[in-house]
Formats: sequence, structure tokens, C-alpha cells
Amino acid sequence: MSEYSPENIKYAKGVVKYFNRLLALIGVLIIFIIIQLVNPGLLKPQSKGELTQLTEEVDAENLIENGIHVSSGLIVDEGYELVLNTCSGCHSLKLVTQNKGNKADWKEVIVWMQETQKLWDLGSTEGPIIAYLAKNYGQSKKGRRMNLENIEWYELE
Amino acid sequence: MKKKKKVGVRELYNKDSLKANKELWGEQESDFSRRGFLSSSALLAMGTLLGGKIVFGENMPSDLIPAGLKDSDKEFSIPGKSGDLIILNDKPWNAETPPHLLDDKVTPSDIMFVRNNGVPPENINVSTWKLTIEGESAETTKSYTIAELKSKFNQYTYKLTLECGGNGRSEFNPVAKGNQWTLGAVGCSAWTGVRLKDVLDDVGVKSNAVYIGYYGADTHLSGDHNKVVISRGVPIAKAMEEEGLIAWSLNGEDIPVMNGYPLRLVIGGWPASVSGKWLTKIAIRDKVHDGPKMDGYSYRVPKYPVAPGTKVPEEDMKIIESMPVKSLITFPKSGAIVKGNRSFEVRGHAWAGDLTVNEMYVSIDFGATWKKCSLEKPANRLAWQHWKIQVNLPEEGYYEIWSKAVDSEGKAQPLIVPGWNPKGYLNNASHRIACKRIDV
Repeated sequence: MSEYSPENIKYAKGVVKYFNRLLALIGVLIIFIIIQLVNPGLLKPQSKGELTQLTEEVDAENLIENGIHVSSGLIVDEGYELVLNTCSGCHSLKLVTQNKGNKADWKEVIVWMQETQKLWDLGSTEGPIIAYLAKNYGQSKKGRRMNLENIEWYELE
Repeated sequence: MKKKKKVGVRELYNKDSLKANKELWGEQESDFSRRGFLSSSALLAMGTLLGGKIVFGENMPSDLIPAGLKDSDKEFSIPGKSGDLIILNDKPWNAETPPHLLDDKVTPSDIMFVRNNGVPPENINVSTWKLTIEGESAETTKSYTIAELKSKFNQYTYKLTLECGGNGRSEFNPVAKGNQWTLGAVGCSAWTGVRLKDVLDDVGVKSNAVYIGYYGADTHLSGDHNKVVISRGVPIAKAMEEEGLIAWSLNGEDIPVMNGYPLRLVIGGWPASVSGKWLTKIAIRDKVHDGPKMDGYSYRVPKYPVAPGTKVPEEDMKIIESMPVKSLITFPKSGAIVKGNRSFEVRGHAWAGDLTVNEMYVSIDFGATWKKCSLEKPANRLAWQHWKIQVNLPEEGYYEIWSKAVDSEGKAQPLIVPGWNPKGYLNNASHRIACKRIDV
């Protein structure tokens, strides 16, 4: 029997046909994945009222004004999102923004939280977190007693 | 409207935090942003959506709400407390009182400062609340309901000054870590309860007893319910003082939840952290109590004076005991403009830890000269004392009124910030307010 017998050719055509279908399927999957990567919202059914509200809320929580992430009070600079997500799990960001320190100071605080407050190993994020904190919340030089500030003047009765 | 939406977010998270993440973050970004990419890749990997932005996220409790969704820090006040408090921290709650609101001789309950270390207990049942006394130096172990405490022991009311050990921390340089208290982490209210001493005696204190340590029902910020938030205490001698109370009442009413409802220790004169809130247990120890925040650098200062910024070895730190002499000007409020040549009253309170205040002075010329104020005796031991004086500003211009108390051992408040210490405790520097005289 010849290799090019009608039966064999028919069989080969069948294989090619299934192979093409498989390719097409993979192609569709790849397109789906790419769309998911680039714009995840595109393939989702339009959300109901609550989700739209939630999205608005997320936008409100991400509001940035004058270089400050409004809801947390953090200065927006490289690494602030890491600080936002890492620190706020346990405590208010107010505890960050009211403090100051150089890299060693902030490292000390992180180690203390790890030893006593159940902070996890920060891994590769520790460096950027400390760099952000030391840059934006660094030690400032002030004297042994500051001038009185933010005085709200009023007439004494 | 806004609040309602926030509840929606929280509810969604409470139901299914992974799903909430997926829906929220997946919807959010249309560009090839980090957040969008990560949430999608996590979707594809069917993996840790929550960990999308958080390295080692698997170590975090899965019900944490990502920071982007957390409640805004605007427009809130502390449950059961005055909206006039200055909020330093909302997780945990920490808030101080502006000095001019401390003008009352007895600090009103709703303006008493709040210093929480963890999360206050919820769903408190007063009738089943129990206080257990135990420990290696207790003759036996006994438990009391609040009703039993009330019926079994004599009740006492004392006005007791409570001041956070870190009050004034904000002035230290270099900055000491922690809540940056300015002036108002102090108050003196009327506390009612039974004497700690009477309850300890009822259980029996062995002769080898050294310290007591309290335990409360607040829970750790990390969410680990087995982790003790704070457990401090005092030496037996301090615990046996007449004014030491196991209290259920503040100014004749229930203690506000944030201040320790339904039961707390009140031990005046020492850092307020020895006065455990939401009290459930007292251990009578045969050594210095070793609960969380007794150790390391917490509520400790160097044994010797150090230069600002010095790294002090842990073994060179000692536990803070009595608070130092201090005063506040509660009237007038800083910023007073005085029209013309007239005199006006300046007044406030002064306290000195375990001691009393013997003399009180104010200066209107940056400390060059001092005028002696009239000073009342304390209502009872460990209560703050009230002082007042008539002041006249000699000519037009800017003035600062400074206050200086002197304790019964002759120690006065420093005019600049006192000795630096690693955690920024015990700043008892002179209180200063600004005034102006304007002639018309």
C-alpha cells in the first residue's frame, strides 16, 4: 500500500484539521490571557451597582493631592505603596507619619516589630520600605526647645 | 453616603477577601499598571491574589483589608469620647486633651486622654466579668465578679493623676519613636472602686512577693488572640498603697470603654501604663513582673544621663517609677490677646508623681524673673494641685507665660527639654503659652 493512499491522505487531513482547531483554541486562549493582562475589566460583565460604588470608593481611597496620599497621609514617593500595604495591616499610618528617623532608626523599629509585634519577614521589600521612610520621614534638626507654633490668636474676655 | 459604601467594602471583605480583591482590583485599572498586572497574573496562577502587592503575604492573616480600602482617617472621633480630643493614632486609638480643656479641677470623663496598645474588648458582660488573683506569691487563687468586689470590700473614691509615660515625647531631639504626645496625655479624675491592697490581702500575699502584674481583655493588633497586648505592674509596696484602686467608676459613672470599662487598675503617680485597663487578672509575682512592655526599652530610661541619640544597651535601662514634677497652664488658652493695661488670672494644675508640689511659679519674661502662685493642697495624695495668679503684661507686645512647679524634694521643672532617652519618656519641661498685649 502506497504512503499516499487515499486513506492515509484522508487520515493526515483529519490530523491537520484537528491540529488547526487546537491551534485556534490556543490562540483564543492567548488572546484572552493578553486581554486579561492588559485590561482585566474588558472581559468582565458590567458590574452591578455595588461594585461600581466600590470602584468609586477605591478611587477615593487612592486620591492623591499635593503629593500626599489623602486617605493615609503618606507622602507620595517611590515605595509609598509598599509602606501603605505593609504597615497598615496592623496599625494606623499616623504612627508612621508622626515619626522620624534615619535608615538605622527605621530598621530598628522594623526589627522591634518583628521581634515583639508579629511583623513578618519583609524580604526584598525591606530595603525600599526603609529607603522611603528615611527619605520622607527623616530626622530633622531642631533645638532643645522649639518656638511656639500654630498659635490661634483670640481676644481674652 | 460615603460611610455606607465603606461598610460595603468591609462586608465584601468579611465574606470573601480573595474574591473581593479580585473583583476590586481586577476592575480598577485600564492601563498596564502594576496592580492590574499582578491581580491578573495572580488570577491566572490561581494563586495568592491577596499577596499581589505584599511580599510574603502568605504570612499575613487572609482577612486583612488592603490599605487602599481602609477607612479614611478623616471625620472620626473615638467612641464615647469628646470630638475635641487630638487624635494621634486610630489603630490603636491614642488621643490627647488640649491643655485648655483640662481647666476643670476634676477632668471630665469624655476628655480624659486615651492611650490604647491594642484593641479594646467588645460585647462586655458586666455581670459575668471576673477578676482573678493568682501567681507564685499568692497564698491561693481567687476570682471575684464585680458585684462581689462591691459587696465584699469597702469602696473608696480618690482623685488620681494619670499621665502617660510618653507625654511630651514630641519635643525630644532626635525624635523618639512612638505616639508623638505633646502636653495632654494627663488627667486627674475621681475614680471609685475597692483598694487593690484589700483584694490582695484577701487572697494572701506571700512574704517573698516582689511585684504585681495585670492582664486585661484587650487583644493584639496583629489579630493573634493568644498574644498579650501589654501586661505591666508595680512593686508590692506601691500596690499596697491606700490610693491604689481596682475601679469600676469614673466621676460617678461607668468608665468609658476606651478608658478600661468595666474594670481597671488605677495607680496614681506612676506612668499610666501600670494602671491596667479591662482588668481580668492580677498576678502576684516573686520577681519583677515580666509581661509585655515591662522589658526592653518600654517604659524604661537609661540608668545614667546620656547624650541625645545615644545607643543605650538594654541592660543599662531601668523601669520608670514615679513621674516627675510637672504643671499645665489651663487658663488662658494659648493665643490670648489682652486689650490694654489690665490684669487677668492665669491658672492650672501641678503634680509630682509620688510626691507633692510645694511651690508654683510663672514667668512672663522667658524665665528671667518668676512670680509665685497661690497653690492648693491636693484633694488626696496622688491628686494634682490647683494654682493661680493674677498677671499683668507691662507693655504692648508678644509674651510667653511659662509655668514651673517645684516638688517636695526641691526639684523643679526644667525650662528646656530634659535628658534625652531612647523612647522619649518623662518630658516635664515648663509649659509655655503665647499671649499678646494690644493697646487701643
